[in-house]
Amino acid sequence: MASEPQATKAPHAATDPQTATNPQTATNTQTAPDPRTTTPPGTRRDTGPRWLLWVTTPLILAAFIGGWKLYTILFDIGELILPPPEDVWSALVELLGQPMIYQATYVTFYETMVGFLIAVVVGVTLGIVLGKVRSLERVLSPFLVATQVVPKVAIVPLLLLWFGFGLTSKIFMAAIISFFVMTQNTILGIRSIEPGHRDLMRVIQAPWWKRVVSLDIPAALPAVLTGIELGIVFAITGAIVGEYLGGDEGLGALATVMLASLRTDQLFAVVIIMTLLGFLLYAVVAGIRRFAIPWHESSGRATSL
Amino acid sequence: MATDTAGTTTTTSQGSSMSEANSGPPRVAGSGAAISVRGIGKTYQASAGPVRALLPTDLEVAPGEFVVLLGPSGCGKTTLLRMLAGLISPTEGTIGIGDKPLFTGRNSTPDRDALGSLGFVFQAPNLMPWRKVWRNIALPLEGKGTTRAERRERAAEMARLVGLGDFLDHYPKALSGGMQQRVAIARALIHRPSILLMDEPFGALDAMTRDQMNLLLQQLWLDTGKTIVLVTHSITEAVFLADRVVLLSQRPGRVQDVVDVDFARPRDLAVTAEPHFGEQVGHLRKQLGGHR
Repeated sequence: MASEPQATKAPHAATDPQTATNPQTATNTQTAPDPRTTTPPGTRRDTGPRWLLWVTTPLILAAFIGGWKLYTILFDIGELILPPPEDVWSALVELLGQPMIYQATYVTFYETMVGFLIAVVVGVTLGIVLGKVRSLERVLSPFLVATQVVPKVAIVPLLLLWFGFGLTSKIFMAAIISFFVMTQNTILGIRSIEPGHRDLMRVIQAPWWKRVVSLDIPAALPAVLTGIELGIVFAITGAIVGEYLGGDEGLGALATVMLASLRTDQLFAVVIIMTLLGFLLYAVVAGIRRFAIPWHESSGRATSL
Repeated sequence: MATDTAGTTTTTSQGSSMSEANSGPPRVAGSGAAISVRGIGKTYQASAGPVRALLPTDLEVAPGEFVVLLGPSGCGKTTLLRMLAGLISPTEGTIGIGDKPLFTGRNSTPDRDALGSLGFVFQAPNLMPWRKVWRNIALPLEGKGTTRAERRERAAEMARLVGLGDFLDHYPKALSGGMQQRVAIARALIHRPSILLMDEPFGALDAMTRDQMNLLLQQLWLDTGKTIVLVTHSITEAVFLADRVVLLSQRPGRVQDVVDVDFARPRDLAVTAEPHFGEQVGHLRKQLGGHR
């Protein structure tokens, strides 16, 4: 009886602007979905139509740039402090016409990727070992935490001293800053394996390597990939911070040059390129997630930072 | 199956008397029990002191017999079954699977050959969500010198046995609870064990699905001639399925009664309406109730 009026309401709900902007339907990604707008069970959770992002993203971006322009006009901001958007745009176009920007982007990309891959191997392996051997985790956890409490930026001079002003020090920076989150997530993933699955592996007499390959790794994979997603963002941050503080290659070093020559517009352009690089790397890792764990809940929708 | 070992034919196990009255698959009474449990007990060491989960218990299961362990929760029936599967080691007593001891020496790991003749079905299906149905079923064969094609073929065979022949390439989350438990049964049988151990396999299912699963399990047992030990807390399920119901008492667990059930096979659901069925259920219920 009660479901009758709801069922007849359903066709209106989609077109009714009032329900479309209803805060309940807009934010119900966690709670039970509204029965009127929900899709059949098994399909993805309702996060609005597919084309939504293609409309909202340019709109929000346009509003941001418009506000920026308005601010520089209304308050007469000097272009040394905040250049208007069109200046930044032309600086960006100018930069993209020079080969050195590609060289710098490649250097940053290279440092980030090498550091990140080292961190993935070390971080995930460490996570598996610590996740499986609880006593070892107890013994090592104070030291593991200690490596994270040390302000990483303070280590950069040391890294420069040890590894020079070249790429190695930046690679280490990227690795050090990004491995911890991957280790932590891997430990979490290994710990949350269901006891029933462990019993199953014992009953079928699976050897230890089979348990690692067929249970530990796939079961921990969602958590590990979450760690890797966060890790890539940390890695690029680490590489750029390293470049800021020493050396003459990469986007970070380029930014300091722009600052020193008071080219704020080009500084902004460099920041935009860094952002695009970060976006690209994150998108690739997030794409790997969808590909690697199609069975998992999280693969249905894009993860937000 | 009928390995004639002279001399042992006279030692009759508890189950042999009823198996003659039974019209099920051929039984070989006295040719050595499938499972022989002698004086097995389990005491857990808790912080507040030792907790006795199971008093020393004897149990013999004949080859091809269907034994149900029935009891209230916390009576040690799951403990007993998990010891039979080698998942936990007993604090006293011995377990024999066929003619092999399951545990050799104290606190040792279970014998590989003995374990190989066991299949285990858990309370939860314990399917791996990242594996398709057929790869879940074939899991026990992996890393044991089988090719992928062989595994798929045998998984398909097992899936047909439990009525899931069309679902090989589905992921578990697309299946209902009853179907998932069928996959678990197929997985437990794929390495061709002679004994199937089942720990409240249908406890989480609704009543109708449960009836269907009971019928399926009976048919499977009639077709394959496996020895089955099933744990449940449902009295009707116990009487419907069993050749023999072993009633365990409240903690610390001990065998309180053994009831032979001799309705003709295959039993259909109509058997539950027979007066004698009711009597047996009532008899068991009285003993269970008398202890509370």
